[in-house]
Amino acid sequence: MTVTQLVRRPRGSSSDGRGLLARGLGRYVPYATAAVVLALVALLFAGTDLNGMPSFVAIAGLGYVLAQTVLSVVIEGRRRAVDRLVTALVYAAFMAAALPLLLICWYTIQRGIAMVDLTFLTHSMFRVNPQEHGGGIYHAIVGTLIQVALASVLAAPLGILTAIYLVEYGMGRRFARVVNLFVDVMTGVPSIVVGLFIFTAWILVLGFNKSGLAGALALAIVMLPLVIRSAEQMLRLVPDDLREAAYALGAPKWRTITSVVLPTALGGVVTGVMLAVARIAGETAPLLLLVGINQRIEFNPFAGQEAQRPQESLPTLIFEQFGVAAGNTDAPPFQRAWSAALVLIILIGLLSLMARLVARFARTAR
Amino acid sequence: MTEPRQGTAKQDEDAPPVQTFLRYTHRGAPGLADTVFEVADLSVYYGDYEAVRDVTMAIGRRQITAMIGPSGCGKSTVLRCFNRMNDLIPGARVSGKITYHGEDLYAPEVDAIEVRRRIGMVFQKPNPFPKSIYDNIAYGPRVNGVRKGLDDIVEEALRQAALWDEVKDKLKESGLSLSGGQQQRLCIARTIAIKPEVILMDEPCSALDPIATAKIEDLMHGLAQDFTIIIVTHNMQQAARVSDRTAFFTADVDDQGVRHGRLVEYDLTGQIFTTPSDKRTEDYITGRFG
Repeated sequence: MTVTQLVRRPRGSSSDGRGLLARGLGRYVPYATAAVVLALVALLFAGTDLNGMPSFVAIAGLGYVLAQTVLSVVIEGRRRAVDRLVTALVYAAFMAAALPLLLICWYTIQRGIAMVDLTFLTHSMFRVNPQEHGGGIYHAIVGTLIQVALASVLAAPLGILTAIYLVEYGMGRRFARVVNLFVDVMTGVPSIVVGLFIFTAWILVLGFNKSGLAGALALAIVMLPLVIRSAEQMLRLVPDDLREAAYALGAPKWRTITSVVLPTALGGVVTGVMLAVARIAGETAPLLLLVGINQRIEFNPFAGQEAQRPQESLPTLIFEQFGVAAGNTDAPPFQRAWSAALVLIILIGLLSLMARLVARFARTAR
Repeated sequence: MTEPRQGTAKQDEDAPPVQTFLRYTHRGAPGLADTVFEVADLSVYYGDYEAVRDVTMAIGRRQITAMIGPSGCGKSTVLRCFNRMNDLIPGARVSGKITYHGEDLYAPEVDAIEVRRRIGMVFQKPNPFPKSIYDNIAYGPRVNGVRKGLDDIVEEALRQAALWDEVKDKLKESGLSLSGGQQQRLCIARTIAIKPEVILMDEPCSALDPIATAKIEDLMHGLAQDFTIIIVTHNMQQAARVSDRTAFFTADVDDQGVRHGRLVEYDLTGQIFTTPSDKRTEDYITGRFG
């Protein structure tokens, strides 16, 4: 079938009886091209000292795009060839972007899954030699959940209220512009700097100890601009028509905001907060400075280092276990680090999933 | 041309003009005995820009007053002065005077929120809240502190807006699930539910098809028994069909080339559409203008 299609007909001739039908490569030519290119590249790899999966994929991909473009120019003309080329480039870009994510998931599952079991999830590392198998990360899971919850309780209301100020009251006022600038700056501050700030202000100046609370404070600062920006976007999406309708019914401003603007934007605001929570759940740098190390289960985020019992968290546990392993990739602590990473990813995935569900639920509720 | 509704107009013609400030006889309201609003030398500014200049008119109680004119002539701007919606636009201010039953609407001690509770508004685009039909209607009464008898208020408002039969079985469904015409009647019902004295309508039918428009026009005739209605419209036939009095606005261009809205002529609707006294009105209603 390819033979008839490969015959080039004179441009614009209608005598071939095709009328408006375009001359195309047909359904099978792309597959045939792919097969030929694969075979050629395989021969090339067999014949020379080229080897390895990545280079094979790269050369085969490049060869296929090249062959297809040439064929297409010859048979279909320039316009369709460019279309095919750009389509191929877009797909390639997508794959390049998705590859790291897939690899992260693949490596983490592959190396982490072995150790994850009920004992791992429900026991701490107390009186367990980290160099040997056994123990678990329950204490770190508890710590992460409590610290993230605490940070969210601090940052979510503050962020939403700030967004309400910016959208409903700011309106070009100088103070609103200053707030906007601060939010932009806060977004750009590296989290390790936030950690240093809390370390200085909370521990050195105010004299508190390292604790889960100190970590939560830093996480709240990291989270705040994320919540403000996402809530601001959502509030701005609420049409002014609705505000006017409420004002025209004699609703005062605060009532308009609480009964019309916020409910309308609720789904988006909640999604934004959940995504910010997911973002800080994996935050590591400030916790390394502020939380300290503990092998035991500690439910109290206020418990400080003075009693040798600050709260552990998943990111710090991964860091510690990696350190204990000292480069020995077969050692139990190294595997433990991967397993803890897997649990952390799943935890964050669950939070993102919840955000999606909340958004969907809020949309259908309208 | 349709005659204005019988009754009010007829009896008003015999009554003596009681509003002494109506200096411009052709622009004032001849024979209007029972007024709700009196507007004197009203100018509206957005920042330094004078959008509307020197409007003087009186609005009759339980009448339908139409404001017509080309785009940008300031008729919506004037309408939004009646319930102080322009307050919400930064930089907007007024000079001159609007009185509501003799009270200056723009006096510093007047609470704009109280004003809006007495003077309702329906907008160009139907804008129901993303809430249930019931909650849409109940919103106004709730905001105004009504807690009991909401069911009756909702039913009465929906009946008055000729929407009850269509929605009585789905009061819990979203107001956004209705068609455009139904949404606009929902918005009218929502306004009626706070029992205002005046309903302002800002091109209420411009987003609707002719059938939905006819329904709303029928509805307005009925509502005029209980409410004072001021309607801004682009549609001259609509003004002729529904209104008792018509105000024609246009935009003047001054020496600096800046456009200012102006009230050209204000009279009984029959007069405006049959024997307008101003050339510009005649040109506009006969279609020789813009």
